Amino acid sequence: MNINELREHLCETYPDLCPLFSIEFGDGVLAVDADRLLDAATDLKELGFDRLSMVTAVDRPTHLELVYRLYSRSMTAALFIKCNVDREEPRVHSLVGLWPAALWQERETFDMFGIVFEGHPDLRRILLPDDWEGYPLRKDYRDDSVIRRPDYI
Amino acid sequence: MALIDRLGESLDSGRGGGVILSTVDSLIDWSRGKSLWAMPMGTACCAMELIAASFNKFDFDRHGTFPRPDPRHTDVMIVAGTITKKMAPAVKQLYEQMADPKWVIAMGNCAVSGGIFYYDTYSVVRGVDEFLPVDVYIAGCPPRPESLQDAVLRLRERIATESIAPDRRREAVLTLPTVGDISFGKRPGEGSADEESGSR
Repeated sequence: MNINELREHLCETYPDLCPLFSIEFGDGVLAVDADRLLDAATDLKELGFDRLSMVTAVDRPTHLELVYRLYSRSMTAALFIKCNVDREEPRVHSLVGLWPAALWQERETFDMFGIVFEGHPDLRRILLPDDWEGYPLRKDYRDDSVIRRPDYI
Repeated sequence: MALIDRLGESLDSGRGGGVILSTVDSLIDWSRGKSLWAMPMGTACCAMELIAASFNKFDFDRHGTFPRPDPRHTDVMIVAGTITKKMAPAVKQLYEQMADPKWVIAMGNCAVSGGIFYYDTYSVVRGVDEFLPVDVYIAGCPPRPESLQDAVLRLRERIATESIAPDRRREAVLTLPTVGDISFGKRPGEGSADEESGSR
């Protein structure tokens, strides 16, 4: 499958998301719902996206945005999957079964943002101590030991 | 400076030439100061300078300082890099495993005070002196290996004032310049610019 066939296939499969997809100008972006994430990822893996290069998240004002970056060595194309998850109860299905590289990356995302990956075999903190409270990369994280930078610096 | 540092000339001038009198403190401080084996606690970019210090361009082996990866063999822990709250218990445990007498050099701004991670950071210890007794601080981000060399020599001078009696200090002649002694742009021993112009 080349890039043109990939674009046609994705536009057929996700008709409402087609404008977001601009893989010929760089990394394409594919936004899916949280409950469709596993299906979309399975689909993309079968299409030839054999490498998971990154998992991260973004704290938006109303929700958390989970980001996976996939890469296809045969098509030399990269694709972002973005999926919005609920801030209060962020749960999404893990992609460890598709790409084992997600094992530590999802642990880190859980560590920093508190997103719970269902089906993850070993979901615990990876960078912070096990008894840490809170998720530091969330905008509403508060910690008494943090010294705020004063205005004059 | 201890008599033992001038061993050669002492032996030449002394009657008989084969006997030298010194104190136990002087001998012990001399031997401790000149074989400061280092525990390289390199956790971040300062470790690159620490590594460079060991290799042939700077060659700290000529000072008797070289890294050993085992706390039980080492005398001075060089904390080179950012210490996070998760890493701090491990650093403290390694320090406790070192045999007495032992010293600590805090290398770089992160180890001194947290450095650029002082503000707005949830995970970084603001200086290793929160849990270790630091003897010498080196500023820099990262410091040059020459700074580390200066720290080792200063630590040696500090050791020269120590005594095996716990509450006694030795009087030692310190030779390294302090901040007030250094005037930039001149070599030691040169006169100031005004004196030079006056002499012409």
